[in-house]
Amino acid sequence: MLRFDNVGLRYGPDEETLKDLNFSIAPKSFQFLTGPSGAGKTSLLKLLMLSMKPSRGKIEAFGEDSSKLSKEAVTRIRRRIGVVFQDFRLLDHLTLYENVALPLRVVGRDEASYRAEVFELLRWVGLFERKYALPAVLSGGEKQRAAIARAVIGQPELLLADEPTGNVDPPLARRLLRLFVELHKSGAAVVIATHDLDLMDQYDAAKRFVLADGRLHVYE
Amino acid sequence: MSTNEPRKAAPPKLDPVEAPPPPKPLAPTDSVAGRSLVIVIAIMTFLAALAAGAALLVADASADWRKDAAREMSVQVKVMEGRDIDADVASVTKLVAATPGVRDIRVYSKAESEALLAPWLGQGLDLAELPTPRMIVLRVDPASPPNLATLRKDLAEAAPSAVLDDHRLWVERLSQMAGTVVAIAALIFVLILAAMTATVASATRAAVATNREIIEVLHLVGAADDFIAREYRKRFWVLGLRGAFIGGGGAAAFFIAARLVARRLVATPGGDQIEAMFGTVALDARGFAIIFGLAALVAFSTGVLSREIVLGRLREFH
Repeated sequence: MLRFDNVGLRYGPDEETLKDLNFSIAPKSFQFLTGPSGAGKTSLLKLLMLSMKPSRGKIEAFGEDSSKLSKEAVTRIRRRIGVVFQDFRLLDHLTLYENVALPLRVVGRDEASYRAEVFELLRWVGLFERKYALPAVLSGGEKQRAAIARAVIGQPELLLADEPTGNVDPPLARRLLRLFVELHKSGAAVVIATHDLDLMDQYDAAKRFVLADGRLHVYE
Repeated sequence: MSTNEPRKAAPPKLDPVEAPPPPKPLAPTDSVAGRSLVIVIAIMTFLAALAAGAALLVADASADWRKDAAREMSVQVKVMEGRDIDADVASVTKLVAATPGVRDIRVYSKAESEALLAPWLGQGLDLAELPTPRMIVLRVDPASPPNLATLRKDLAEAAPSAVLDDHRLWVERLSQMAGTVVAIAALIFVLILAAMTATVASATRAAVATNREIIEVLHLVGAADDFIAREYRKRFWVLGLRGAFIGGGGAAAFFIAARLVARRLVATPGGDQIEAMFGTVALDARGFAIIFGLAALVAFSTGVLSREIVLGRLREFH
């Protein structure tokens, strides 16, 4: 699904933030990505979601060399990836419903065709009653859940989540993890970047990717 | 109709109570910049429509002048020593009446000819002693006008002091003046459209820069450049439509008001002067159609232009 060969990432003339990354994300796999703050987790997620190009090495995404992808091909691949951002990145002028439905709307689907799906997902994450609220009036936890709902609504083949439980209480964190596990069981590969050791302990079947000193260590 | 055809799956039944409000545009519209753009487009469209309307009025008036002038000629019989002017007038009248292509003639009497001079010389003067020329006005058939060279030759033989004026000089001057006015109006029109294009381009670039975060999110959730550009085109099309129809409507109202004012001025010296120069100062249905066509063109171009600019900016992002 995604393969990194000798990938390095450097910001400006400084030392490489990420060095010699050699790993792959297999279809239907589940992995936690962890490491100390500033280790480069968010940078690695940006490489995974093709929003950044590596300084060296090769990234193969869904069988294609990412450096040779046209803009249309990148768009096509992004539709197969769901992303939960650490800062949520909900669109402030759209309601919760519209934010969650965004991945379906941008591919040109008619609103009536996805309404039931979006309502169901909003119920699942406990936001149905607030479906027409604007992000500005939501709590951090509500925004988090909305961001997760938006990432999974398109049933992506790969889900990338950056600290998806950082703003919620432990019961909700467990519930959200269950959502990721359900998605995984339905065939998606999942990468969750987190500091939360308790969360990682709740799902032993997952691989652990640990970033330290710019290098990635994989624990099966 | 065959009953064995597979039935199409019925669309899922949705609770109308739960139907969400109409989706908001992905490119935010109700910003202060958007309102300012509507005002600018409205003013520019108003001015462009005024320029177009004025050019149309002058062009129509010029066509009328030329048509009128082409229908009319005049012969001036001057006083000449040793010749009887009344006899010259009589022979000229006889000659022109028999000339093919002349439909009608009107011979100005001495008193009438003198009356024509009154506006320049003032009332109450005794003009009897002045060598006042006499006028003969010919109405000609514009489809087959008389042969001017032959007529001039015949006139010179009948009365050496007779001068034929086919108004060509006057018509040429009027046409030149009208052409200049139309060219200036066209230049103003083009400048206004150029200013409007620059304004829309700048507003689009500003909108893309302001909404960069939104565009990035749209990209990351799988939106193609075309989709994003379409969203911006829709936004700017709506703004352009609003501005263009306010401006176009304003210009149409202006011309309607001008027509009403001109009607009230009928039979006043000022009104007569305006009517002599510009006809009835009234745009016909074609004029209004052009104004609203212009407004539609402005709205359409605003949308297309913003789409192209957004696509260009998105290519730069890549």
